[in-house]
Amino acid sequence: MHEMSIALNIIDIVSSQAKAEQAQKINRIELEIGELAGILIDSLEFCFEAASKNTLADSASLNIVKIPGKGICHDCHTEIDVDNYIVVCPNCGGFGVEITQGKELKIRSINID
Amino acid sequence: MCDTCGCGQPGDPVTIRKPGQINPTHDHDHSHPHSHDHSHESEPSHSHGRTLLVEQDILSKNNLLAERNRGYFEAKKILALNLVSSPGSGKTTLLEKTIATLKQEIPISVIEGDQQSLRDADRIEKTGVPVVQINTGTGCHLDADMINRAVHELAPEDQTLLFIENVGNLVCPALFELGEAHKIVIISVTEGDDKPQKYPTMFSVADICIINKTDLLPYVDFDLEVCKQNASQVNPHLQFFDLSAKTGEGLDQWIEWIRKQVD
Repeated sequence: MHEMSIALNIIDIVSSQAKAEQAQKINRIELEIGELAGILIDSLEFCFEAASKNTLADSASLNIVKIPGKGICHDCHTEIDVDNYIVVCPNCGGFGVEITQGKELKIRSINID
Repeated sequence: MCDTCGCGQPGDPVTIRKPGQINPTHDHDHSHPHSHDHSHESEPSHSHGRTLLVEQDILSKNNLLAERNRGYFEAKKILALNLVSSPGSGKTTLLEKTIATLKQEIPISVIEGDQQSLRDADRIEKTGVPVVQINTGTGCHLDADMINRAVHELAPEDQTLLFIENVGNLVCPALFELGEAHKIVIISVTEGDDKPQKYPTMFSVADICIINKTDLLPYVDFDLEVCKQNASQVNPHLQFFDLSAKTGEGLDQWIEWIRKQVD
């Protein structure tokens, strides 16, 4: 259940940004979550709802942009789509694929009042 | 709300104590990653919705604190090793044997992480090295702030070895950097050789994989080579040690690896 820690970190960051802007409430939070980041989106949304109570992010909606996984094969230098950590290069059959995208865990923007 | 488990308690559920300390005091002077400022002096001047670019990593606070820990360890030439595994893989037994072998040549200290109890700290204390126990309450992983606080408590000397035994959990600790030099993932042969396929995130962030309890290989359906192949598919850079912490078989290579890191 590290999603609770993630939810609390999100609330922490957006609250301090909103306070610095003297906002009264946060309407929307846009997140980038990589498909290989190890986060269950449903679980994160559930935790966020519980954790945001009585904060500036109470009633804020989460707009989650999923970032698909990508990797590069070190053997044949092909860029490939990656949907899990066990990657066989479809071009050369090698296992030396380095993941280049899909581990993102980022707050892109917030909408405040 | 508490930052570790999200429980509704206003206090900090994490305790850090040495063996023998029964009633831990709640310390609220630590540098906590969340703000305790609850002032609501917002002005009503901005009444229409506007969008602010944030572009910040969600784990940036933990990562920053981990880098601070890492800088501290590097400056003091402390080799910090983060041991991660499922519960029951034999982390504490491996530590006991490793400490018994190395403590005469390298000063060692230990941070133990568990949800509850001083059991592991009590075991490590018997080996004669300094130890503190972090109890995360209901939390499922150690984070960089807990390590920072535990290190203050331990005050390890320069040029020493620091073992961090994470909470037994093959999922969540993968995401939380502590400032360690290496993550060491441990699996035991009773867990099945498909563990790396089932829990790839942890194997992808570790540098070293220890396969423990090899003395039980004749009794279980566990293929060492298949397990290594599975783990290497997740992380081609993983280095393996097969050993039995109980019998001592294979422990030499692991000990030799530590010696090389300390040099």
